Amino acid sequence: MSLVLTQSNRLARQVALPACLPLILVVAWWLGTRNQTYSLIPSPWEVAVEMVDLAIGGINDDAFSQMLITNLVASTGRVYGAFLLAAVLALPLGMMIGRLATARDMLDPMFQVLRPVPVTAWLPLSMIVFGLGPKSAFFLVALGAFYPILVNTIFGVRSVEPRLFEAAQMLGTKPAAMFPRVVLPAALPGIFTGLRLGLGFSWVVIVVGEMTGVPTGLGAMIMDARQLSRTEVVIDGMILIGAAGYISDRAVMLLGRRLLRWSPQHAG
Amino acid sequence: MPVEMIRVEAVNKTFGAFQALEGAELRVEEGEFICLIGPSGCGKSTLLRILAGFEQPTSGYVFVGGREVAGPGPDRGMVFQDYGLFPWLTVRRNIGFGPAARGLPKAQIAETVERFVDMVGLSKFADRFPHQLSGGMKQRVAIARVLDNDARVVLMDEPFGALDAMTRERLQDELLEIWARTKLTVIFVTHAIEEAILLSDRVVAMAAGPGRIVADTRIDLPRPRDVSSVEFNALRRSLNLQLHPPETLDAH
Ligand SMILES: Nc1ncnc2c1ncn2[C@@H]1O[C@H](COP(=O)(O)OP(=O)(O)O)[C@@H](O)[C@H]1O
Ligand SMILES: [Mg+2]
Repeated sequence: MSLVLTQSNRLARQVALPACLPLILVVAWWLGTRNQTYSLIPSPWEVAVEMVDLAIGGINDDAFSQMLITNLVASTGRVYGAFLLAAVLALPLGMMIGRLATARDMLDPMFQVLRPVPVTAWLPLSMIVFGLGPKSAFFLVALGAFYPILVNTIFGVRSVEPRLFEAAQMLGTKPAAMFPRVVLPAALPGIFTGLRLGLGFSWVVIVVGEMTGVPTGLGAMIMDARQLSRTEVVIDGMILIGAAGYISDRAVMLLGRRLLRWSPQHAG
Repeated sequence: MPVEMIRVEAVNKTFGAFQALEGAELRVEEGEFICLIGPSGCGKSTLLRILAGFEQPTSGYVFVGGREVAGPGPDRGMVFQDYGLFPWLTVRRNIGFGPAARGLPKAQIAETVERFVDMVGLSKFADRFPHQLSGGMKQRVAIARVLDNDARVVLMDEPFGALDAMTRERLQDELLEIWARTKLTVIFVTHAIEEAILLSDRVVAMAAGPGRIVADTRIDLPRPRDVSSVEFNALRRSLNLQLHPPETLDAH
């Protein structure tokens, strides 16, 4: 009896509770757009129909039909590619800034000043330097992922418990081995947080990145649909970005749970 | 002919203007079990950290095994009150950390690790991470890893201070058993008089302001020791007097 209760309890917590607010919003949306012939905002139904057309076509047969997979693949590729580039740059830089006084004095002030500049502000300059198209998009998305990774890596390698250095020293660890044996593993939770935030940010800035005149991608689709006043396509693009970002974050979380199962904060 | 393992000669230590240790003198023979005892702030940890090589004396000399201490090294293993285990390594890999850091062959490491895992009774927990262990188990791992590293001197800074009474008694017994078997030299910091008499061959008492060694008492009771015996309690009273002389009692 109590077992059944706790199980249904958990189901309620994990499914019903999170679904409450979205359901209310959709109902409100549906009520607000009902019986309005020339609404600027499409009804939930129109959005759903358009999603089917985006996926398999056969309804509108326009420029957007059957483009879902193409656009999703293009954006996902950009997000992960740019994220990897950002990680390849930010991880070693963060480790150097965190552990070497010279690197810190030389680089940290510059990044501190550049960090508040939003990705959107870089858009014009990026299009001049990298031209219209995918290179610009790649740069902007990578920029979005770069700072969270950098900042968390610096924090991770700096906040190693001093006691662990003493323990490693008295066990005979040579100074050169201190970094791989102590600093790096101790910093992994921080680094992981940075990577996770960085990947999340890549999804956030993908629309800005794809404002650079790339032909495909969810961001490009949203920009095209906006110009054609196809708001239902815009909303579908938003839903797809949200879902893709969510799934990608869950995957990273699961990975982290495995790799960091030694850490009480991560072992699920 | 006993071999001298530790020699502390005229050691002073100041932190800025603060004198943490004044004129410390201490000689320890190989295989002796020494307890350092005294009120908090009297320099016990400072003396231990100087022996470990984490701190340098402001003046004076420290020799371990005939060589002057120049920094931390695997011949002097330290057991911290807060364990200092590597949270990302399993019990096994924590114990094998020292040998691995010193570049010993893998097969040899695996073999000795297994021996010390057994010695501290953690075979069932060998693949757990530190956060999955109780305080007593963590301290067993901390002890095993300095033993596996062939430490000749084990420095313990209030190692059982954070444990509950039952666990502490178990670990005291286990430590004595390991000590009897290995004949290690142990310097054990505590502020509990009973623990000091129970464990040690000699109780070195310290006092604060400035931190200094004030008495050195040999404990000749046969082992295993009975805390309720008359001799034990006579020693407890006399050490109590050493640590809290009547005139300071009056002052309070
Ligand atoms: N790194 C340090 N810097 C300044 N003062 C210190 C430092 N380490 C210890 N002290 C001071 O030295 C005194 C002795 O400390 P400690 O050896 O830790 O005492 P105990 O372990 O006997 O309690 C204390 O008053 C403490 O505040
Ligand atoms: Mg202390």
